[in-house]
Amino acid sequence: MMYGYAWDLTTPLTYAASILPILLIGLTVTLQAAAAGFALALVLGLVFALLRRSRIKAVALTTAFVVEFLRDTPLLVQLFFLYYVLPDYGITLPAFLTGVIALGLQYSAYTSEVYRGGIEAIPRGQWEAATALNMTRWQTYRDIVIPQMVPRIVPTMGNYLVAMLKETPVLSVVTVLEMLGLANMIGERTFEYLVPLSMVGIIFLLLTLICSAGIHRLEKVLPKAGIPLR
Amino acid sequence: MNKVLAQQPDAASAAAAPVIEFRNVTKRFGALTVLDDFNFAVAPGEKVTLIGPSGSGKSTVLRILMTLEPFQEGQLTLAGIPYHEPNGKGPFRASDRHLHQIRSHVGMVFQSFNLFPHMSVLRNVTEAPAAVLGLSRAEAECRAIDLLRMVGLADKKDHYPAQLSGGQQQRVAIARALAMRPRVLLFDEPTSALDPQLVGEVLGVIRNLASEHDLTMLLVTHEMRFAREVSDRVCFFDKGRIVEEGEPERIFTAPAEPRTREFLQSVLG
Repeated sequence: MMYGYAWDLTTPLTYAASILPILLIGLTVTLQAAAAGFALALVLGLVFALLRRSRIKAVALTTAFVVEFLRDTPLLVQLFFLYYVLPDYGITLPAFLTGVIALGLQYSAYTSEVYRGGIEAIPRGQWEAATALNMTRWQTYRDIVIPQMVPRIVPTMGNYLVAMLKETPVLSVVTVLEMLGLANMIGERTFEYLVPLSMVGIIFLLLTLICSAGIHRLEKVLPKAGIPLR
Repeated sequence: MNKVLAQQPDAASAAAAPVIEFRNVTKRFGALTVLDDFNFAVAPGEKVTLIGPSGSGKSTVLRILMTLEPFQEGQLTLAGIPYHEPNGKGPFRASDRHLHQIRSHVGMVFQSFNLFPHMSVLRNVTEAPAAVLGLSRAEAECRAIDLLRMVGLADKKDHYPAQLSGGQQQRVAIARALAMRPRVLLFDEPTSALDPQLVGEVLGVIRNLASEHDLTMLLVTHEMRFAREVSDRVCFFDKGRIVEEGEPERIFTAPAEPRTREFLQSVLG
């Protein structure tokens, strides 16, 4: 029994049906973590990409170092660090929030590279036209560069969304009760792992397929030339 | 303090003072010297055409004026404002604010149009007046429609650049530059990227501008007949210097310098 749902081990099918509601509770946690983590990665990645292009050398270099560090250390190490080390310095975060921050930080390093490539792909003539119209750097990013970059980066960002989704089970190691963690607990109590773990696999497969289809659709709907933000 | 005085000269000195003045300007790209101890002045309202072989520094003059390129030595002033600040930092030796002030007097039309592909024609022309000059959308649109009418494209205001021909795109780009009300408008080979049959419509727009406005115009072009027709003065460039300059009639019919003669023979056939 878990979350008020009792399991029924009569046959694999009844077992599967009886634990599905439990796994779906875990699924909502998985989806929330992935959504929040990805939102953080999208925002923070853009901030990193812009800071890395700063004309102040110290800012650009520091950002490059931070991004490289985040990218080159394992997610699990970052997660343990946030969860077990920060409390020693008086910062105690709930497990879920810790997981979201760890996912968001690691993936912001990846998305910042995607943004950087997207920004660099904008022809120089666009920057020059903006300068000739006396637009500031910030206005040029906001009105000219970022709107044209968005359609170009959607496919790659989509890949990272799927990758992040598949990495959310890592959060179970810091006690976040997401789908895989719950399936594991069910297995521990029933001594029957095959069904819950298979179900988790299938649900992830479905999620990934739906996500990919959604991104593909988005690619088609977005105007190729870009979307004005205002 | 000096800036304020320089911007509002009295009527008598305004007639005499050049709107653009290069004094001993040297511009290098690494080891390559593009402009060499360059001197050049343009009077308010003057239409000047820069001609010469490619790589002779014509476009660089425009790009320096538009602050797209810095220069290393000498002085350059626009409407009395020096480009370099006394304690200016960075390659431009000026603060962003100072560059912003300079740019408010200059506009530029590019060889490759450089319209914003994600914006409608109308938005291309209203964007900067709204964002930079702080015009309301309605004011900016009013101004834009007038200008689009002038270049003959008011009916295309809701089209996107990709839906227009090259000639139409360049006419929109001219309207876009004019919407910022510059004192000086720079044309960097405005017809070089166009199919031959589209060149005429763009030159027509520029010709009207030249005859009807007191705008100062600097034009880099390979259209010699057009240069002869619209300019008050033609400057022949070679190797980062002006080799010869004068009224178009004289330059085209009786060039004094052998290099000018050679060049004109090669392009006019």
